[in-house]
Amino acid sequence: MFSIVRKENLAANLYLFEVEAGRIAGKAEAGQFIIVRQDEKAERIPLTIADFSREKGTITLIFQVVGASTSKLSELEAGEHILDMVGPLGVPSEIENYGTVVCIGGGVGIAPIHPIARALKGAGNRVISIIGARNKELLFWREEMRAVSDELLIATDDGSEGRKGFVTDVLKEVLEKEEVTQIWAIGPMIMMKNVAEATKEKGIKTIVSLNPIMVDGTGMCGACRVGVGEETKFACVDGPEFDGHQVDWELALQRSRFFRAEEQQSMEHHQRCGGGACRCREK
Amino acid sequence: MPGKIGRVPMPSQDPAERKKGFSEVALGYTAEMAAQEASRCLNCKVPQCVKGCPVEINIPGFIKAISDNDLAQAAKILKDKNNLPAVCGRVCPQESQCEAKCIVGIKGEPVAIGRLERFVADWEREQGVSLPEKAPGKEQKVAIVGSGPAGLTAAADLAKLGYQVTVFEALHTPGGVLMYGIPEFRLPKAIVQQEIDYIRQLGVDIQVDAVVGKFASVDELLAEGYDAVFIGTGAGLPNFMNIPGENLNGIYSANEFLTRTNLMKAYQFPEYGTPIKVGKRVAVIGAGNVAMDAARTALRLGAEESYIIYRRSEAEMPARHEEIEHAREEGVQFKLLTSPVAYKGDENGNVTSMVLQRFELGEPDASGRRSPIPIPGSEYEQKIDTVVVAIGQGPNPLVPRTTPGLVLTRKGNIQADEETGQTSREGIFAGGDIVTGAATVILAMGAGKRAARAIDKYLQSLCKD
Repeated sequence: MFSIVRKENLAANLYLFEVEAGRIAGKAEAGQFIIVRQDEKAERIPLTIADFSREKGTITLIFQVVGASTSKLSELEAGEHILDMVGPLGVPSEIENYGTVVCIGGGVGIAPIHPIARALKGAGNRVISIIGARNKELLFWREEMRAVSDELLIATDDGSEGRKGFVTDVLKEVLEKEEVTQIWAIGPMIMMKNVAEATKEKGIKTIVSLNPIMVDGTGMCGACRVGVGEETKFACVDGPEFDGHQVDWELALQRSRFFRAEEQQSMEHHQRCGGGACRCREK
Repeated sequence: MPGKIGRVPMPSQDPAERKKGFSEVALGYTAEMAAQEASRCLNCKVPQCVKGCPVEINIPGFIKAISDNDLAQAAKILKDKNNLPAVCGRVCPQESQCEAKCIVGIKGEPVAIGRLERFVADWEREQGVSLPEKAPGKEQKVAIVGSGPAGLTAAADLAKLGYQVTVFEALHTPGGVLMYGIPEFRLPKAIVQQEIDYIRQLGVDIQVDAVVGKFASVDELLAEGYDAVFIGTGAGLPNFMNIPGENLNGIYSANEFLTRTNLMKAYQFPEYGTPIKVGKRVAVIGAGNVAMDAARTALRLGAEESYIIYRRSEAEMPARHEEIEHAREEGVQFKLLTSPVAYKGDENGNVTSMVLQRFELGEPDASGRRSPIPIPGSEYEQKIDTVVVAIGQGPNPLVPRTTPGLVLTRKGNIQADEETGQTSREGIFAGGDIVTGAATVILAMGAGKRAARAIDKYLQSLCKD
């Protein structure tokens, strides 16, 4: 059992949990993820590690409510428990001194980009971070990101904060005036795809972090297959980070939609029967 | 007169009924049936059957105890060597092990040793399991990596010898393939759970959600104070054929298909959160036990047609005869001498058909089986909604990759002595599928048992220094 020591509602549908998990916190590195199973009947879902404290033995998770499992998870309060948490899983980010790097976090992707930016800064890189969201209400961790970046740029779709537009627009401006060696981009699949396309002709290595459907997270099931170059990789053990220029985005998008109907069904079941307000037994 | 009468058939659920649900197919002997079957045993002075048993059960001994109507004694004899008798009684390939050597079987049908084992184990469970005598507690600590059949057996034997044993399991439930792989209708999970509870009662500490190679390496476990480590991480890396279209939606590895169903209970979706999607026409590629499990599971999940697609012929199918028969009774169809060469999908990336090629048999290959040769120009297309790839598993690389100095085979399995499980590193032992490649539950248990013996010897030698 893993105890939630802090809960924050960062934005609409966006939650932060700090969880006691000494074994995971002791080993976690930037770029890794965990798998959560909330209770006996729950799905196993992968969540990226947004932060970790070896001293406190805690890890920080930030997640967006997108379906039944995350909706149910968001209903937990500080002091309550998560049944299972396993990790740290996946290969850590390759951190070295590249020179000037850009770290892009879109929406909930701001969470996993944070420890990567911090590690890159720690390794001596000049870190330019770009964070973006649909509007300013959905932005978070501005100060946390500023603290680990040499420069922080902000974009919102509606212009309610920072530059009006997408993170890719800001990136293009950065690339015009800076000699950038490497880029990390984490966020919605379409954002990562667009960033990768924007940097491809310039030949700037662009690392993306994929979050496909997973079950065990240890390389056992192959649900998380991704096409990378000519090969099929398992995101859970070979990733989650891959060279964005090599990723088969069409396949990744299609695979992410496979259980869409079931996700809907699960959400309806949760709304009807979840949260202790089940009405199916009243009949 | 022993041996003169035929073996007592195993009662089982009607095929038409059973394929609608996940409850156990084989129902087990009654006390009368067991007594009658036990009376067929010749109680040989030099029992051949024992030689066929990877965990060396005193088979005539426990069968005699059934005949004597002393079931407690029968259970004690079983448990003396076998920590998981209710599992073995259900999933061991007895026909190629103990029963293959049975003298009664030379002229007639061999004694149904497996069914009797299951009967005794089930009887004991209903009575409430009693714990065996344990050796006095020792200070030394052993870490077991993986809680499948090999790890659980090694853990139980070492605990009985008095060692302090901790098992690290990557998933949220211990049991390995017994939990995630073998379906409920063949091996009820409540039974596996009770066998695991028994091993916990022996004093074994089982830690779940613990991926060795991630939260700690084998070397870190040794540095933390474990005196020996046993690696039993199994064959946890699904093989794919690497043919065009294999990443289309609706194409699962057998591991994913079975894990969603068995471990995550997707057949109870949406009450359980994990979904599974099964179309009307399901093709399972391969013809081993895992393939049979997948094909039969597909029927239970609502498939109207479930096919086994296999590139060799019936004689070469690696599955147990009993599993093939059960599958056939339930309506699984066999497309033999056939194998997919590509898959096609729709605009959403969902698989819609497969291109199959016909094969013929040539000369025997390295495995001794006649090798399949593709017939050029024989390709044809068949509509399909779901595919399960069950062509075997490789070794999971997480532990080997993070343990420097561990010598591996060309295929990535850990090299270990067959008799002792000793690896190239002192204090590190290994056994089960991670060493042999995908095999059976009982062979893994045998390896766990031999490794426990070798670990005991090794730890005793440390004390003398």
